[in-house]
Amino acid sequence: MNTHRVTTPGPLRVLSWHLVAYKRFWKANVLSGLVQPLLYMLGLGVGVGALVDRNTGATEVLGGASYVAFVAPGLLVTTAMALGAGESMWPVMGGLKWSRGYHAIAATALTPRDIVLGHGVWMTVRTGLASSSVAAALALFPDTRSWGLIPSVLIAVWVGLAFAMPVMAFSIKAELDGAFAAIQRFVVIPLFLFGGAFYPLSQLPAAIAWLARVAPLWHGVVMARQCTTGTVQWGAAALHLGYIGLWVAAGTTLAAVRMRKRLST
Amino acid sequence: MSEALITARNLVKKFGELTAVAGIDVEVRRGEAFGFLGPNGAGKSSTMRMIGCVSPVTSGELRLFGMDPATDGPRIRGRIGVVPQMDTLDTELTVEENLHIYGRFFDIPRAECRRRTKELLAFAQLSERATSVVDNLSGGMKRRLSIARSLINNPELLLLDEPTTGLDPQARHVLWDRLYRLKQDGVTLVLTTHYMDEAEQLCDRLVVMDQGRIVAEGSPRSLIEQHSTREVLELRFPAGRNEEHGPQVEGLGERHEVLPDRILVYARDGEEALAAAHARGLQPESALVRRSSLEDVFLHLTGRTLVD
Ligand SMILES: Nc1ncnc2c1ncn2[C@@H]1O[C@H](COP(=O)(O)OP(=O)(O)O)[C@@H](O)[C@H]1O
Ligand SMILES: [Mg+2]
Repeated sequence: MNTHRVTTPGPLRVLSWHLVAYKRFWKANVLSGLVQPLLYMLGLGVGVGALVDRNTGATEVLGGASYVAFVAPGLLVTTAMALGAGESMWPVMGGLKWSRGYHAIAATALTPRDIVLGHGVWMTVRTGLASSSVAAALALFPDTRSWGLIPSVLIAVWVGLAFAMPVMAFSIKAELDGAFAAIQRFVVIPLFLFGGAFYPLSQLPAAIAWLARVAPLWHGVVMARQCTTGTVQWGAAALHLGYIGLWVAAGTTLAAVRMRKRLST
Repeated sequence: MSEALITARNLVKKFGELTAVAGIDVEVRRGEAFGFLGPNGAGKSSTMRMIGCVSPVTSGELRLFGMDPATDGPRIRGRIGVVPQMDTLDTELTVEENLHIYGRFFDIPRAECRRRTKELLAFAQLSERATSVVDNLSGGMKRRLSIARSLINNPELLLLDEPTTGLDPQARHVLWDRLYRLKQDGVTLVLTTHYMDEAEQLCDRLVVMDQGRIVAEGSPRSLIEQHSTREVLELRFPAGRNEEHGPQVEGLGERHEVLPDRILVYARDGEEALAAAHARGLQPESALVRRSSLEDVFLHLTGRTLVD
């Protein structure tokens, strides 16, 4: 291998491993990624939306948007959250304990850091694909069709990473996969319900609303909503993105440290 | 003499309080087939993982190709191949996907990966199973795939941790044949085993390891010459009665060992010792004369058998 050429960065080599495995699933995934938001939109739009929009005070609380227009960005961002978190649980434990693929990689010229960054790149691709599916579905409805869906996909990916990387750090240390059900139950699902995706946080008791603001989800939902409803406030946007970025950075750093420890005993 | 690929001086590996490797000195030269022979728990895998640059050295010095694993891990790993004790194949991918993606980890260009994948499939006698999912392979096939995969980067040094443990005799022989071919092609082999026949078959030189230490070193033949007699007479008395016959074989050979199921008499000439035993009136259930093996060397050095 003495030919001179540009070397592929380690994380991208790890990405190609994920892609080989995903080759078998991506079509089915993209399809279900389209169908699921369609069902949500129909269910929420026809049912809840009709109810909410009939209430004259509601549109004011929702910032002037119809209910489906209000919910759509929430749908987009929560999808990325759930995927980023879920794909950083069992697959990460599998790489360490079951198929032990991470051990195989660590025996090559790659490093534990490449594995972690590679997972991040992979999660970017996965959440990017999934969010694009959702955005495509949302573009089918006049109420939710907007150019703002495009930046919203990027925001969703950013939120996906803000969950994927800290969850990865958690999964590297987890001994039993039962811990994952707990994360789903006590973090992902509560955030889904109380994280500002389906109604404004102003509807919640202050303490709970404050908790929801700690997690990266709400920041992403608010930003995506500003994009789709054309009400972007640039200063606040920078703060939101930066705050989400803190979660990404902290999760990635912690995951890299833990991965190195775990793989080099 | 050819250059040293591996040099270890007073190499130590500790896991908390437990000392897995207790200060070993090893030197492996290019082109050699070198073995670590020892029972379970001797510290073979711990040593191999340090040499493979995935497990940090606790103390002592380790150099591969003159480089330090602590600072040059990725560069060293790029030049070696590793077959770990437990397979780390991607069981959901096909045989050829496993090879191809492993090549990508070393950043081998795709076309080259494809070429080498084909070549290695033939080498591992897996060409017909190229598109099978790994989960469906037999144990022997998986092991051959692990070896093929470890060769994807044309390694100068191949580390094999218990390459044939758990395989049936036929699968082991197929594997030995493949390893023998690599050896003839000039690949430097370092392997661990607790099978003395494997060590005798494949290794030019080996160390006998026990409880984290090296207790003997040399070629299989020289180890046997140094630590055992040419032949061994095995006497089997009825179960549970070997112990009591121990004193009666005293002097039949140079020395003897009493095991739960048999007595081993170490003698230059086994038949002569057997005749002498009969002359003493000993009536074993069965008697067998064989050549000394590394098993006898291990037994002599440690007082224990290799495989329990
Ligand atoms: N990761 C680990 N953590 C703690 N102890 C270990 C670890 N790996 C090996 N050991 C211990 O180190 C000793 C040597 O093990 P090992 O190197 O696997 O021996 P061998 O490969 O010769 O069977 C054993 O007592 C084993 O339990
Ligand atoms: Mg071992």
